[in-house]
Amino acid sequence: MSGVTVIAVIASAIRLATPLLLSALGGVFSERSGVVNIGLEGIMIFGAFFSVLFTHITGNAWIGVVAAIIFGIVMAALLAVVSINLKGNQIIAGTAVNLLAAALTAFFLELIWHRSGSTPICPDMLTSNPIRVLEKLPVIGDLFKQFTPFIYIAIVLTFVTYYILWKTPWGLHVRAVGEHPKAADTVGIGVYKTRWICVLLSGVLAGLSGACLSIGTVGLFREGMVAGKGFIALAAMVFGKWHPIGAMGASFFFGICLAIQIQAQSFGLDVPGEFLAMVPYVATIIVLIGVVGKAVAPKADGQPYEKDEA
Amino acid sequence: MKGRWKKDLPKVLEMKNITKVFPGVVANDKVNFDLEKGEIHVLLGENGAGKTTLMNILYGLYQATSGEIYFHGEKVDIKGPNDAINLGIGMVHQHFMLVENFTVTENIVLGSEPSKANGLYLDMETARNTVKEVSDNFGLKVDPNALIQDISVGLSQRVEILKTLHKGAEVLILDEPTAVLTPQEIDELGVILKNLTQEGKSIILITHKLKEVLSMSDRVTVIRRGKIVDTLKTKDTNIDQLAEMMVGRSVKLTSDKEDKTPGDVILFIENLVVKDTRKYDAVKSISFDVKAGEIFAVAGVDGNGQKELVEALTGLTKTVSGKVSLCGKDITGNKPKKVLEAGVGHIPEDRHKRGLILQNTLAENLILGYHYCPPFARKGVMNYAKINEHARTLISEYDVRTPNEYVTAGSLSGGNQQKAIIAREFYKDPVLLIASQPTRGLDVGAIEFVHNRLIEQRDNNKAVLLVSLELDEVMNLADRIAVIYQGEIMGIVEGKDATERQLGLMMAGASMEEAIEGGKADNENKIA
Repeated sequence: MSGVTVIAVIASAIRLATPLLLSALGGVFSERSGVVNIGLEGIMIFGAFFSVLFTHITGNAWIGVVAAIIFGIVMAALLAVVSINLKGNQIIAGTAVNLLAAALTAFFLELIWHRSGSTPICPDMLTSNPIRVLEKLPVIGDLFKQFTPFIYIAIVLTFVTYYILWKTPWGLHVRAVGEHPKAADTVGIGVYKTRWICVLLSGVLAGLSGACLSIGTVGLFREGMVAGKGFIALAAMVFGKWHPIGAMGASFFFGICLAIQIQAQSFGLDVPGEFLAMVPYVATIIVLIGVVGKAVAPKADGQPYEKDEA
Repeated sequence: MKGRWKKDLPKVLEMKNITKVFPGVVANDKVNFDLEKGEIHVLLGENGAGKTTLMNILYGLYQATSGEIYFHGEKVDIKGPNDAINLGIGMVHQHFMLVENFTVTENIVLGSEPSKANGLYLDMETARNTVKEVSDNFGLKVDPNALIQDISVGLSQRVEILKTLHKGAEVLILDEPTAVLTPQEIDELGVILKNLTQEGKSIILITHKLKEVLSMSDRVTVIRRGKIVDTLKTKDTNIDQLAEMMVGRSVKLTSDKEDKTPGDVILFIENLVVKDTRKYDAVKSISFDVKAGEIFAVAGVDGNGQKELVEALTGLTKTVSGKVSLCGKDITGNKPKKVLEAGVGHIPEDRHKRGLILQNTLAENLILGYHYCPPFARKGVMNYAKINEHARTLISEYDVRTPNEYVTAGSLSGGNQQKAIIAREFYKDPVLLIASQPTRGLDVGAIEFVHNRLIEQRDNNKAVLLVSLELDEVMNLADRIAVIYQGEIMGIVEGKDATERQLGLMMAGASMEEAIEGGKADNENKIA
């Protein structure tokens, strides 16, 4: 493998890891506060669609990003109502979010563009490197040519997430709520409020992740384009032990798996494409059963909190 | 102050005419309660009497249906824990409110963390220093950097107390603080609380244990079925009077049993090793035997292998090595069904999870374990006429208070659920009865019933293996007592020779010889 190919694979891995990382960070917020969010997939679909729609309307991809965040929050709010206030089953609520997002976007696609499958290409995209100086670096300069604004955003947000959860009083509250909500409640921390904020933050991040997939990569929305990446992000979060830095490493690992699948032809490997397409998903399963056997989820993860006031 | 009369001692707190109605239940009925500065005031009552409800109202976790709370003479409205904390009321809950994987410091400062940069930076350095300061001030030593999951129950409780002190509590509510402690830790807690009152703190102690009332408190308020019976000075009362006030009738706190020479060995255990769910050795090479006509007790603090021992004996868990035999027959590793058929009766530690099927009717629950045997089932078909008839007999014989045999087991009170389990297990006439914490969560009356039945079983020349966390119960009932600590038997003592001090030391890991020495030294001190 030549140096150029290595750079190409790494660049490709980072690009592919970025949406996973953004969603995984959303998962970290949500699950650290005790809400299992398998609706990441659906929120990503929403983010991907609405960022394209608003980029078409305004001609500005950044407004598309804002739209992705707002609609991500809307979807997350749905999950929050069901799983926090109504104390519904969080897995079912998340599944509902996923099904709803897939169906609604297909419907809007028909309604707005009178076509199915995919939207036209956007007039504006966020696929080029905003920090040109970095491209002048020796050896790794080529790497940065491939960078999109989302990659910088994701890296910054990883550390911001770490700082919030581990270095601020509010972060301590979040982790207390996810481990022992009653203990938090008895010292005057609002369990529902904290969980709401965290679930909405997961909406922000997964919405952003959706935008990264559409206007940050191909410049259009296609049905089925998320293709389980929300679930891989969830796996990355578990693999990363519910920790932002861990999620970053795990996302990069899955990014490499996806990159291998895409770059395989250039290696000249004689393997049927169907098998290569399985690589990231098989890796997910192997990682989840093998490597993270001992990862411990927040104790109250997935459990609705009931104040025992009758 | 609105023309209210003044008394000699300053009242820190008064709760007046507090009523709390839950759907279908009046948990507190016009309750009056007050607290003087620097006193330890016990709130005594049975499970479900309304003690904890009253205190949860004071701490803002519940809202009273009606009634008023005065704090230093001022009427206050406590809407949530935050209001209580701001007034200076702190609560140590029965089930610790500690985050297991947080440090001592993080737990203590949670909810009132020191911060910098407008709350954007959690100042752990200052937090650690304040924790050190508070712990030095009150003489409560803790390691600020230890994780809660690594420290003992006694220390965890200390962290809980520090947590309230750190938040500036001058009134401390402790809910059943001794339930999880060894006798020595209880003594230590007594000293800690005395010291706190000398620092000007006022303390409310919720308990249903009579001995603690006498040793720890200045005043005691007895509550029964949501109503206050009376408030007394501790020094003017005694254990029998308190028991009667608490239960509403006179009760005998100790059971009489005649001396009896035990018969043949019924249960024989040799070098038994059992792993817990995390695959650690929970029972480490235990050997003992239980004879016909004796109550053999296993005493110890919760989580020292009792659960695994019982589960291995009843076939619910696999044994790793060792031998268990019943009446000379090897039953090691047998399935629960075979163990039960061999003549073992089992009163499980958790009557909700293991003792009963709560959604099923009482009648169905009363045949569990022999539901497949005639006359209750023939050729795989249940005979409900027989089942219900059987239920009616047991209900009257064991005085299970229930409207009829068709109600769900879950709708019965704890005491009646336990009576139902006992009725079912005794009906089999087992050669060995394994009773695991048979009086957990029961009120005094029900405890009396269970104790008498266990003694009756012994007097009928049956073997009884009693596993209990309650030292009083063990000393009251057992002919022989084995103390279990970290999966090992520290020693086996004759019931009539056992002292609380000696058992307590063994429960904390002392060998039998050390414990006897310790017990002696203690007695000498008392004489001196």
